[in-house]
Amino acid sequence: MTTNVPAVDTHVAEPTSGRKNFLNCSSGFMSWAGTLDHKRIGLMYLVGVSIAFLCGGLFALLVRLHLWSPEGALFANADYNQIFTLHGAFMVFLFVIPAIPGSLGNMVLPLMLGAKDVALPRLNLLSFYLWCSGAVMATLAIILGGFDTGWTFYAPYSIYTDKAVVSIGLGIFLLGFSSIFTGLNFIVTVHKLRAPGLTWFRMPLFVWALYATSILQVLATPVLGITVLLVAFERLYNIGIFDPRLGGDPVLFEHFFWFYSHPAVYIMVLPAFGIVSELVSVHSRKPLFGYKLIAFSSLAIAIISFLVWGHHMFTSGQSTYAMFAFSFLTFFVAIPTAIKEFSWVATIWKGSIALNSPMLYTLAFLIIFAIGGLTGVILGALNVDIHLHDTYFVVAHFHYVMMGSIALAFFAGLHHWWPKMFGVMYNETLAKIACGIIFIGFNTTFLPQFIMGSRGMPRRYATYVPEYAPYHHASTIGAVILGLGIALMVYYLVASLFSGKRAMQNQWGGVTLDWHTPTPPPLENFDHSPSVTTEVYDYSVLDLETTRTPAS
Amino acid sequence: MSHDGHHSVVIPAPGPEFQSHTVAHHFDTPVQEFQSAKLGFWLFLATEILLFGGLFAAYFYYHQMYHETFHLGGQQLDWWLGALNTSVLLLSSWTMAMGVRSAQTSQKGKLLMYCGLTVLGAVIFLVIKFFEYKAKNEHGLIEFAHLFDGYNGATGQLSWFTDHDGVMAGVPHGHLFFAIYLTMTAIHGLHVIIGAGLIVWIMKGAAKGRFHAGYYLPVDLVGLYWHLVDLIWIFLFPLLYLVS
Repeated sequence: MTTNVPAVDTHVAEPTSGRKNFLNCSSGFMSWAGTLDHKRIGLMYLVGVSIAFLCGGLFALLVRLHLWSPEGALFANADYNQIFTLHGAFMVFLFVIPAIPGSLGNMVLPLMLGAKDVALPRLNLLSFYLWCSGAVMATLAIILGGFDTGWTFYAPYSIYTDKAVVSIGLGIFLLGFSSIFTGLNFIVTVHKLRAPGLTWFRMPLFVWALYATSILQVLATPVLGITVLLVAFERLYNIGIFDPRLGGDPVLFEHFFWFYSHPAVYIMVLPAFGIVSELVSVHSRKPLFGYKLIAFSSLAIAIISFLVWGHHMFTSGQSTYAMFAFSFLTFFVAIPTAIKEFSWVATIWKGSIALNSPMLYTLAFLIIFAIGGLTGVILGALNVDIHLHDTYFVVAHFHYVMMGSIALAFFAGLHHWWPKMFGVMYNETLAKIACGIIFIGFNTTFLPQFIMGSRGMPRRYATYVPEYAPYHHASTIGAVILGLGIALMVYYLVASLFSGKRAMQNQWGGVTLDWHTPTPPPLENFDHSPSVTTEVYDYSVLDLETTRTPAS
Repeated sequence: MSHDGHHSVVIPAPGPEFQSHTVAHHFDTPVQEFQSAKLGFWLFLATEILLFGGLFAAYFYYHQMYHETFHLGGQQLDWWLGALNTSVLLLSSWTMAMGVRSAQTSQKGKLLMYCGLTVLGAVIFLVIKFFEYKAKNEHGLIEFAHLFDGYNGATGQLSWFTDHDGVMAGVPHGHLFFAIYLTMTAIHGLHVIIGAGLIVWIMKGAAKGRFHAGYYLPVDLVGLYWHLVDLIWIFLFPLLYLVS
């Protein structure tokens, strides 16, 4: 390992003001709609998934407000079924799955590899438009009468209901292929477009995480594709395989669905792990503890995730032996996951910690994910799960992972790369306040759900017995606080685009290749193709001048 | 000849009747471009196989559960028409492979001829498939006119499965075999149509001289796709026609 040598042969001190970057190198509608540039596609994804997140969040607020009173405050029961289904479907398929790979992944992955673009730029644009058509189909489904099956589309109800299941099903099919093509593109990019000297074990861990995610996207999502198609066929011409009236088996649907949707949990969470790995290192200015362990644990999680889908079906009618196996295998997921959590904490230990807003979001993640992960182990235990199945305990668990961990890691990454993407800084004080509000609001929303779940409150019910009312009240108040925190975040982020201070070339003092391009990056990313001579996260090569030079 | 594309660096585009190919801006070399596209396409083929994997899983599940139904259902299919179609597709895979070879050796005329023969194979396959579907339609095993008319819960009557000759009368849920047969072969048939369309697109490019020893990537990829279409049929044929 060489030290005191710049990690790359590019230098960013050249012209700083007035030079063209990917944002202003061309203008006009078609320069964005027809762009093949990974950074512009990433930004379009960012806008898209943010809108989906805000819609999903709005549905969530409606759900929480409705549950203020035991008999339901806002909607008829049937309408409530639609609202929570919309919340789930929008959040899962339009936000959580595509959010990090589509926006931050697209933006950062080629930069981190020292590449000019992803390997297949046209396919990248196609992925984005598939996402858009999926979003259009989902919206169309609302207009055509909505859907009330829950985001899981369990047969046989999804076959019998008179709602627009075919439309949303085809939407999910398109979204699935959007996800597949993003994953495929990233795999090829990582294999073929690494800069000279950037060996596998010099890759930043965000790249490793996206690589493991991509494998899951490519291998699991096609099964979801055929499953939603089969539900559509079931409704169109009664193929019969999920319909018990025609000799079919609805449990087969659950197997198909969870064969995808359990790995999908890791499609959602692995990129979040990747962001956290980057951020704990940069903001502690310390090499990652257990780099290889974290890299391999991503792959281990990817592999194990294919073997545990049956733990969603402990009450659906499987053989006892299958349940033993699925429960046992589920515990194995905890091992690589705990390796990550401990490695992150060990990275921060004795680091030079900068409590910037990205780091605050990261620390919030570490706390919330510890709870979300451990309650997952509780649910993986067969005998406990029989009791807790389909209660608010499950709802609280997966919101601790999906909202509290993944969305917070997404926010952390967004705050981390925001100055890189736009060359401006948001208001740090407001960012720290918003992070605190979100953290408090989140826990106020979901901690009570663990308690009411363990006391038997079933999920998805529009009404409930009054003894659960205090928990629901706390949860609804928390949701409103959470909503205010997110509104504040949206405000200061958008405001920064108009009146934000100019960011520094290397705002946080990162040493991965994404911080060795001018800020914001030019269209071709690097002025000279970089080559790598040092190990990853080697802060001895950090040129502190770049953290004081304003962005161009 | 090496298939990893290395030779494409050495051999220049031969003759003025061919167009030269520009490497996309984000690749350093044509080899990198070739290998990236090839890797991406193999991954895409894997997703296709997984997509069919769901259907195969459903097939095996119900074959296990209602094996008499699948035994009797298989007997209703014309195994010799299936065998004929298998031969047609196998032959077309060979012509496609020869087409790729012709592109690699810059033989424009041969490339066009072999691609044309492959499309001909696709058309013959679809025509034979049409007559098979027609026979199922006449026996009331898959009535296409009533395909979308639904299921009557009161009478237990499925609109598209009347089985008026009663060939499936003695077994439970006779429609399940034909539902799976129709779904698998129709999705496969759609792939045949897409594949034939892609080959026609290759022929248009070939006529303009786009493909030669220096650049034949699209021909190679479409060839791979066509072999996949063939491969899936090779599994469908015994499972559907020969199980009985």
